[in-house]
Amino acid sequence: MHEKTLAELSQALQSKTLSSVELTQHYLKRIETFDGKLNSYITVSPDLALTQAKAADERIAAGTATALTGIPLAHKDLFCTQGLRTSCGSKMLDNFIAPYESTVTQRFIDAGAVTLGKTNLDEFAMGSSTESSFYGPTRNPWDTERVPGGSSGGSAAAVAARLCAAATGTDTGGSIRQPAGFTALTGLKPTYGRVSRWGMIAYASSLDQGGPMARTAEDCALMLQAMAGFDDKDSTSVDQPVDNYSASLNDSLTGLRIGLPKEYFAGGLDAATADAIDAAVKQFQALGAEVKEISLPNAELAIPAYYVIAPAEASSNLSRFDGVRFGYRCNDPADLTDLYKRSRGEGFGPEVKRRIMVGAYALSAGYYDAYYLQAQKIRRLIKNDFMAAYEQVDVILCPTSPTPAFKIGEKIDDPVSLYLTDIYTITANLAGVPGIALPAGFANGLPLGMQLLGPYFSEARLLNIAHQYQQVTDWHQRAPAGY
Amino acid sequence: MSFDRTDVEKIAHLARIALTDDEIPATTAKLSGILGLIDKMQAVDTRGVTPLAHPLETTQRLRPDTVTESNQRDAYQAIAPATEAGLYLVPKVIE
Repeated sequence: MHEKTLAELSQALQSKTLSSVELTQHYLKRIETFDGKLNSYITVSPDLALTQAKAADERIAAGTATALTGIPLAHKDLFCTQGLRTSCGSKMLDNFIAPYESTVTQRFIDAGAVTLGKTNLDEFAMGSSTESSFYGPTRNPWDTERVPGGSSGGSAAAVAARLCAAATGTDTGGSIRQPAGFTALTGLKPTYGRVSRWGMIAYASSLDQGGPMARTAEDCALMLQAMAGFDDKDSTSVDQPVDNYSASLNDSLTGLRIGLPKEYFAGGLDAATADAIDAAVKQFQALGAEVKEISLPNAELAIPAYYVIAPAEASSNLSRFDGVRFGYRCNDPADLTDLYKRSRGEGFGPEVKRRIMVGAYALSAGYYDAYYLQAQKIRRLIKNDFMAAYEQVDVILCPTSPTPAFKIGEKIDDPVSLYLTDIYTITANLAGVPGIALPAGFANGLPLGMQLLGPYFSEARLLNIAHQYQQVTDWHQRAPAGY
Repeated sequence: MSFDRTDVEKIAHLARIALTDDEIPATTAKLSGILGLIDKMQAVDTRGVTPLAHPLETTQRLRPDTVTESNQRDAYQAIAPATEAGLYLVPKVIE
């Protein structure tokens, strides 16, 4: 059962050759069998899942099902799920039972999907390896000595090991696309404002976007259809009509203009990944696309700009965690200041504390102009680069990461070396443009990823291009051995 | 440019984060490394460039000034560390 894609499972459920209860029980058993080693789930919710599965089967029988009715999903543990622990991978929220439902998870509930549980992540989404989680690292099913990527590493590992049909992730600097690249999955970061952030615990409010992670573009289209849409409760939500993402999957790629940013192929890129992208270029040309070189001149400045803007916004967003109303509170606080300082000092992990402090510094009097304002100006230059590029090409093709999945422990002691691996993903968050990551090949048994970046609200086109590529390649059909 | 111990203590205070004596040296070193990274931004001349705060440059949407939410204090305080009579309890502030 778990070998079927979400689209195939949906058909099986609708034709009643399979029940949601059977399918849910099957995944719950697999989680029990395999997740001890992988550590992809923080919280598994069997009672909720089976209740939802029963209701889904009734809905299917009554003929009121949608494509996602009865489909068992996992959610990154920073979406507030009412009545279920929502930890953000942090000791700070280890005891936090969300008192309300996020818009994204509510939409899945309304569609009749099943919640298997909450997946592991870098603490408060700050990281690129899932190693900073309070609950320990998640292992990559393709090689359990290696990271699954981050921050949505739990979701990536769970989908790759077939411990759920698909999952939600969030992407602030690459946290959907990079783990998708490390685990042979398809993951999409929508245009900023496309998916509601209500109930999606904030890291950097001008960069965060929730999105789907699944085994195929076709599956991502079904997931995004449920997730996307204007939400009154999110003041940054964009009131733009939602495309029918599945309807255009089979559009022809004839005449598509694809750009390769020369700055991204100049050096520092693993040879196997570069070769995989060359091969993909030939595939796209065979499908009718025209591929040419473009320039994103300010690409290198994206990393320092991001590592000012995101921590600055995080320092503001995480100031709500103070031991007063919810979450971790230190023992025997001497006074109010001690309550704040020790609840935060003890409740947050080292990377989160570092980013809050970098942010506080960048915003502080005397440094605001040199750091925060300068970063916002660079952000303008990066957006301008994309707008200029999209006058010459329809989409941009580039790697997801300079190397395939690295070993657990290899980079975690040197924050800067970890930050530098975000080079290909971070520009899309700064500019707010959508991006889809998909598998492009393998090297030594490890997945190689590539991404397509499009203009604002071009998710349908990105899904279409990825789907067409997946009709003529089979990287996305491979599964890690042993699961 | 790099940070020293006093800088880190000041910033930790701004952020209301307690760092133990053990944590300070490693934190100082790692923050200095990060500062080295972000200082690379100074290499570009951005005079005349308008800062970008929001990728799509939309303006803040306003809503009508009407009551739409209901009192959920019981639900939200159920998960609080310490409450009394509908209030959150913290150590005394005024001596």
